[in-house]
Amino acid sequence: MPASIPAATPSPAERLLSLYRTMARIRAFENAAEETSRGGVAVFGAATDTSALVRGPLHLSTGQEAVAAGVCANLERSDYLTSTHRGHGHTLAKGANTSAMMSELFGRAGGTNKGKGGSMHIADFAVGMLGANGVVAAGIPIAVGAAHSAKIRGSRAIVACFFGDGAINRGPFLEGLNWAKIFELPVLFVCEDNRYSATTATDAMTAGEGAAARARGIGLPAETVDGNDVLAVDAAARELVARIRAGAGPQFLHALTYRVKGHVSVDAAAYRDQGEVESALEGDPLKLASRRLAALGVTAERIAEVDREARAEIEAALAAARAARSPEPAEAYADIQDTGAGQWH
Amino acid sequence: MNYAQAACQALAEAMRADARVIALGEDVGHGGIFGQYRGLQQEFGAARVIDTPISEATIMGAAVGMALTGLRPVVEMRVADFALCAIDEIVNQAAKNRYMFGGQGRVPLVARLPIGIWSGSAAQHSQSLEAWFAHIPGLVVVAPATPADNYALLAAAIACGDPVIYMEHKELWGLEGEVPPQHTAALGKARLARSGTDLTLVTWSKLVHAAVAAAEQAAQQGVSVEVIDLRTIWPWDRELVLASAARTGRLLVAHEAVQAAGFGAEVAATVAEELGVPVKRVGAPRIPIGYARTLEDVARISAEKLLQELIHFVRSDGRKRSVA
Repeated sequence: MPASIPAATPSPAERLLSLYRTMARIRAFENAAEETSRGGVAVFGAATDTSALVRGPLHLSTGQEAVAAGVCANLERSDYLTSTHRGHGHTLAKGANTSAMMSELFGRAGGTNKGKGGSMHIADFAVGMLGANGVVAAGIPIAVGAAHSAKIRGSRAIVACFFGDGAINRGPFLEGLNWAKIFELPVLFVCEDNRYSATTATDAMTAGEGAAARARGIGLPAETVDGNDVLAVDAAARELVARIRAGAGPQFLHALTYRVKGHVSVDAAAYRDQGEVESALEGDPLKLASRRLAALGVTAERIAEVDREARAEIEAALAAARAARSPEPAEAYADIQDTGAGQWH
Repeated sequence: MNYAQAACQALAEAMRADARVIALGEDVGHGGIFGQYRGLQQEFGAARVIDTPISEATIMGAAVGMALTGLRPVVEMRVADFALCAIDEIVNQAAKNRYMFGGQGRVPLVARLPIGIWSGSAAQHSQSLEAWFAHIPGLVVVAPATPADNYALLAAAIACGDPVIYMEHKELWGLEGEVPPQHTAALGKARLARSGTDLTLVTWSKLVHAAVAAAEQAAQQGVSVEVIDLRTIWPWDRELVLASAARTGRLLVAHEAVQAAGFGAEVAATVAEELGVPVKRVGAPRIPIGYARTLEDVARISAEKLLQELIHFVRSDGRKRSVA
């Protein structure tokens, strides 16, 4: 799969179908990951099932796929991306191989991170994906540094910096946006607003007018879009990326979406109103795109074929991950540091 | 050449030799508050000697992003105490990056975190926190004691490719000393500051100077002290320390940091485990550093205190003091 979709696609239907394909692949990947993670983490009082293949916290972006697909469709392979603990979609949309990704979730030696990171730290530097991060907002300063580096080195690379609505209440959000603006760095900040900070509604924890207003307060142009509408995200990202490449400095995209699943895969999210969830499901980005595709004359059969291809790709990724070997214990000592390597005590 | 100028020279040479080396932090364009960046922005420009906002987390986090994408940043944190505002970026990001991403990236940065009591600066500008960083896998921790070593070790730190916590001492900036041309020092190698036969005294940073002074005075009392300047806290030079302690039969480890859970405990425990020789620690009491001179002095380790401790240690033959 190509990492990016050419901006000048032959037709709106083909463009949308490409975006839909990315979303379908993310959905299929995360559904499979969720299935294989059942019981894989002890949280909310649940015990761990030691037979789970995907261990530890698994944060799903189900329902948020349009943000990853729409933004990444406007990036080049050499552009950089920083992500969050909920980073499968960003990683896949930036062009990572799904077998290597699934192998990482399974903790295999052939995973993107050699089994050392898992879901929460998934990364693929070869496609510019500089890492998911276990610490909220921690990707922001790193993204800003990568952009600063690109500017110093005279590279045309830009940086897409994804973070959630919870991140805007952490200090690095203020520091990083301010830094990007004073140095006029090529960063697209993307607040993927899924309305929840772990198990707490972000609204109740956030003063003022929220993400876009805070960005404007620091002097960044900010756009708010329906983050479930992949065409809206695509159009906004295309415009903002073009501005950044033209040297207009950092831009801010606030994409409103909804976290369909719990904070982690085993979280039933019983703390929220079921009506809220049901109404959010009506706005599912794949459903929405599917209806749009039909309106553009794409047949139901063609859409179903894309879905089948996505599922087949992920089945193959699962099979590869199941068959792959785990890292040897000795590999625990590799890739730590060169200075003092061998002095482990 | 003084200690600050030596570091400045090492950085200037690295920047001349390698366009990837840059410096960033608060006030570096004005030479840094200790003069350790003097003249660099004039020579290399504001794009490579970068004045930043007071945003420690982003100074350090941006340096991680820069290091991952082809630069070799030298990061100014002003004093180690302020780096606590960037502890996630140091501990969870810089130190873990290479490992948790499976070796995809490297973080070749040098973070300058000056340590030590700085006269009259009280509790938040005076801490010696080298043990904190020695505890973190992925980090190298360096604490130079002399101008020559500040020159050579900073050059080695910039060249090494690992994230380095580089801890200069705030009361050493003005210390004059010879910096031999082409002087080099390897990370992880200690320096024999003084030879002796009765006791091995391991220390680092500013306390090296008090240790050598105490050793000179001890010699007049017939006690021969070997002083080792550890220079690199992690990876520390076990070989030199163990060889010395095996010869002298006694180890005293001294540091300006709080004694409890200080890095001296690690050195002492290792020597005791490996050699079974008597060991002793001297460090600061576990109290914040007070402002008034009378309070500040309680936290200081003087040459007199070291002399007293080492004479007592040798005369008591290293055995535990009897309980009255």
